[in-house]
Amino acid sequence: MQVRYSLTLAALCGAPALAASLSVSIEVPRLSVAEYHRPYVAAWVERADQSVAGTLALWYDTRTKGNAEGEGTKWLKDLRQWWRRTGRELSLPIDGVSGATRPAGTHAINVNEGSVALPKLEPGAYKLYVEAVREVGGREIVNSPFQWPPAKAATSSIAGHTELGEVKLGLTP
Amino acid sequence: MKIQLRIAALAIALSAAAGTAGAHNLWLLPSSTVLSKADWITVDAAVSNDLFFFNHRPLSLEHLVVTAPDGSTVAPENAASGKLRSVFDLDLKQSGTYRIAVLNEGVFARWKDKTSGQAKRARGTPESIAGQIPADAQEVEVTQSAGRVETFVTVGKPSQLKPGGKGLELVTLSNPTDLVKGEKASFALQIDGQPAHELEVTVTPGNSRYRDSLNEIKTKTDAKGVFSITWPQAGMYWLEATARDNKTSQPRAKERRLSYAATLEVMP
Repeated sequence: MQVRYSLTLAALCGAPALAASLSVSIEVPRLSVAEYHRPYVAAWVERADQSVAGTLALWYDTRTKGNAEGEGTKWLKDLRQWWRRTGRELSLPIDGVSGATRPAGTHAINVNEGSVALPKLEPGAYKLYVEAVREVGGREIVNSPFQWPPAKAATSSIAGHTELGEVKLGLTP
Repeated sequence: MKIQLRIAALAIALSAAAGTAGAHNLWLLPSSTVLSKADWITVDAAVSNDLFFFNHRPLSLEHLVVTAPDGSTVAPENAASGKLRSVFDLDLKQSGTYRIAVLNEGVFARWKDKTSGQAKRARGTPESIAGQIPADAQEVEVTQSAGRVETFVTVGKPSQLKPGGKGLELVTLSNPTDLVKGEKASFALQIDGQPAHELEVTVTPGNSRYRDSLNEIKTKTDAKGVFSITWPQAGMYWLEATARDNKTSQPRAKERRLSYAATLEVMP
């Protein structure tokens, strides 16, 4: 009993301090096109069986003109893989996850394990996915595999080619 | 001239009879098969050899049935039939998978006129056909036909579809709006609710105008009526199967011809 009590206490006290975190930096490339609209972007984490552990970020047209979910929800299906794997199961907006589209440039997302975006992960192999789709433009999806929990701080980088620039994944134990 | 007219009449009669038997492809083409939220779609409906180009005849919308995810019926709006295609709009308000179906049921009869010996034909319903055949007709042949032409659209999360248990139908083991290039999808065929085994299924990619061969994928249902397809590329596909049996509802009909066709969209 005493042992169990102390274990629980340790878990309670230790959990926040031990929570590993994940940082993603997404570059929205500057494109020289006649008609430019900011891309819709989704970033999420998949388990080895392709089930989704959590959506880290979702950028779309969140303006609400008589539509509480945001005007852009009509086009979320065009983030095809995200839509199929998890998007169609979610109700929007999601605090701390969904937000307005971003301009060209590099944008950072920091997520702690145990947050809304990223629930507690079982140890194992995962993949980070970043998908971007642009009105009157194209679609691109990149992914980066990683092991969880991370043994040490590490950074990896993937190069997008068309709709995405550099996507960086940082892991902090 | 007279002969020419008669040939023309014969050709029309034949094509009408064959309408559900596969002389030309019958198809529905929805403007979207996947929607993020409640929205309108529009659907083209035509009879033509080229998929999916309306260049022959419109598909009659007389027996159009649109079933919502909760099983209720959705009324089409702005339905119109032109020379080459029919068209209608649907207001899809519910979340889930909709079934859009055109059901063609008919009875076709042919016989020889007793006095002149001329070949005669008639087309009607199981109830009406008996009255259309003269009592003294010779060599009467009556055939019943039941055809189903379908497509599917999902708003939000896909939902299960229930087969009706009548005629030749597709059992959607994989959701028909959740198809992706390179992935395997499984379906089953059933006749009057029973597995249709050893039945040939043909799947033809759309845009057939722009290539030299049809590139049909042919497969067969197994003992449980199940078949699967791995989609080689993204695009619209037309799935077809036909069957014959003798389970007619019209006593004079010896044969029943069953046909099924569905338009399916595969995402990249």
